[in-house]
Amino acid sequence: MKISVQEAPFDAGAEIAAFGAGRADIGAVVTFTGLVRDDTGALEALELEHYPGMTERAIAKIAEEAVARWALADCLVIHRHGRLAVGEAIMMVATAARHRVAAFEAAEFLMDYLKSRAPFWKKEHGPGGETGWVAAKDADEAALKRW
Amino acid sequence: MVEVVYFAWVRERIGLPRERVETGAATVADLVAELAAREPRYAAAFADLGALRVALDQELAEFDAPLAGVREVAFFPPMTGG
Repeated sequence: MKISVQEAPFDAGAEIAAFGAGRADIGAVVTFTGLVRDDTGALEALELEHYPGMTERAIAKIAEEAVARWALADCLVIHRHGRLAVGEAIMMVATAARHRVAAFEAAEFLMDYLKSRAPFWKKEHGPGGETGWVAAKDADEAALKRW
Repeated sequence: MVEVVYFAWVRERIGLPRERVETGAATVADLVAELAAREPRYAAAFADLGALRVALDQELAEFDAPLAGVREVAFFPPMTGG
């Protein structure tokens, strides 16, 4: 299991290539990469604040639960903080399992929980400077109920 | 004495990332009441508890949770990871 909370960019391709390598019991790897998206045409960057210490613990707890519930062979979470330009990768998750259904479901579970239970906060920056904090969505909180 | 930590707009509204607070508050809600009574910037930050989350020693908690033995209390808006 790899968990990294980092400011630096990551190479998703290299991470996927290394993930679960050399194991004979893995039949499926599912990966998700989250990017900074510009919905309004006025976003230049997102600034991600986090809670050092709690962030790593919260992500580890979520990942451990995913591994236990879906008997995952492996699990990866990389989440960045700091200032990220539009188009940059914010985070990625990867899950490895014997079968694809477990790998897909566990990846969705990880994403739902990371959105609402990992202590990150996003501030938007436009050409003129800060434009405010991204509000949590009710739908994100509701998404947890399906698990 | 507890370390009180603020994040995102709570930090901006109060104007501090963290502070040490001398308190005899029994619960998080009691601590919130003490802080909110200090100055308008605190009152503004704690005006709507529904818009806030709290963590005790880096674990999410409820506002009625006891503070006995807690070293770090963090206040922040609902999280937006992913």
